[in-house]
Amino acid sequence: MTLAAILDASFAALTLLVATYAIFARGLFAAVVAFISYGLLLALVWVRLSAVDVALTEAAIGSGVTGALLIGAAARIGDADGARAGQPKAMTKIIAALLCVAVTAGIAAAVLSLPTPAPTLAPRAVRELPATGLGNPVTGVLLAYRAIDTLLESVVLVFALIGIWSFSRDGAWGGAPRSPDAGTSDSALTFLGQLLPPIAIIVGVHLVWTGADAPGGAFQGGTVLAAAWILVMIAGLRQPPRIDGGWLRFALVVGPALFLAIGLIGYGIAGAFLAYPEGFAKPLILLIEAALTLSIAVALGLLALGAPARRHQP
Amino acid sequence: MALATDIFSILCISAGVFFFFAGAVALLRFPDTLTRLHALTKADNLGLGLVVLGLLPQVDGVLPALKLCLVWIVTQLAGTTLSQLIARVAREKASKA
Repeated sequence: MTLAAILDASFAALTLLVATYAIFARGLFAAVVAFISYGLLLALVWVRLSAVDVALTEAAIGSGVTGALLIGAAARIGDADGARAGQPKAMTKIIAALLCVAVTAGIAAAVLSLPTPAPTLAPRAVRELPATGLGNPVTGVLLAYRAIDTLLESVVLVFALIGIWSFSRDGAWGGAPRSPDAGTSDSALTFLGQLLPPIAIIVGVHLVWTGADAPGGAFQGGTVLAAAWILVMIAGLRQPPRIDGGWLRFALVVGPALFLAIGLIGYGIAGAFLAYPEGFAKPLILLIEAALTLSIAVALGLLALGAPARRHQP
Repeated sequence: MALATDIFSILCISAGVFFFFAGAVALLRFPDTLTRLHALTKADNLGLGLVVLGLLPQVDGVLPALKLCLVWIVTQLAGTTLSQLIARVAREKASKA
């Protein structure tokens, strides 16, 4: 057994162990912490599988943003003190367990019945890549071959946000979400909130820019920017924005809207929806990615803030 | 030359792993929050620094080396701030009890 194989085996075992702990953990908070650790371990597994793009997304979205949302949810459920009241009955638990086992068995059966070698479009994707001017096949798939998937993904974020906003009370509609800062100003936190955002902006923009030729992209870069924004608000340096702000809503939809517009222009110039005109694929993709990054960053930040809670003052 | 840098890397990274291990043992064995934090942050900052120092001769180019250093600095900043916040909460809880 080589050293790499031992490393991979221990990663796999540790991931399964932490996943099991996340399911069986007694406390809500312990389960959330285990889920975040699980996400980070999964990101390392993706790195070992040479899927750096997926690893970055897993670390940023799967572990980072989802973890932050879950911590917020856990804190609110804990406040309500109703976590125990909603305990499911034994029968419900058994049915849920049986369903989980069935899903696992189904996935296992599907994976085991895959033909070897597995059918793949990878050689074709890499062969056609020079036509797009991109160096990263993942970005090629996301924004050229399967652009419609990415377009729908970027729209989903806006819908998720509308779903959260619809939970606000009538009086608070158009107002600002509750501030995430704990109310106690802490000099260390303030310092971090002032020092880290410039670094985060450079890293975020770098991730988007490098996404054309290497692992990275709009989602990864957007998450870093959103994290910096949330940190600034947690440190109390900025207040959450009112959700009826014109610029805020423009930033929120500019990415999907531009994507859609360029897709529709493709009908006229290149003959198909989301087709890029000859020779313009790379600049157009970079333009879409830049706009998407802004929209994703704003959407993720607002998702983390939650529904507007403060009364709207016209 | 390559052998010398490899030995340097192995020594540094092993020392780094040792400090990480010591920090983890302290987290499990020390009696209260503040002493645990104290041991954990110091040991981990030094441990990560040693790992980064050990990796520096292995990367080619100045830019990847700078990135490694940036990772160390940012991790230290975040760790320091977090431990400060945890310590504050722990002290407030202790003064209430």
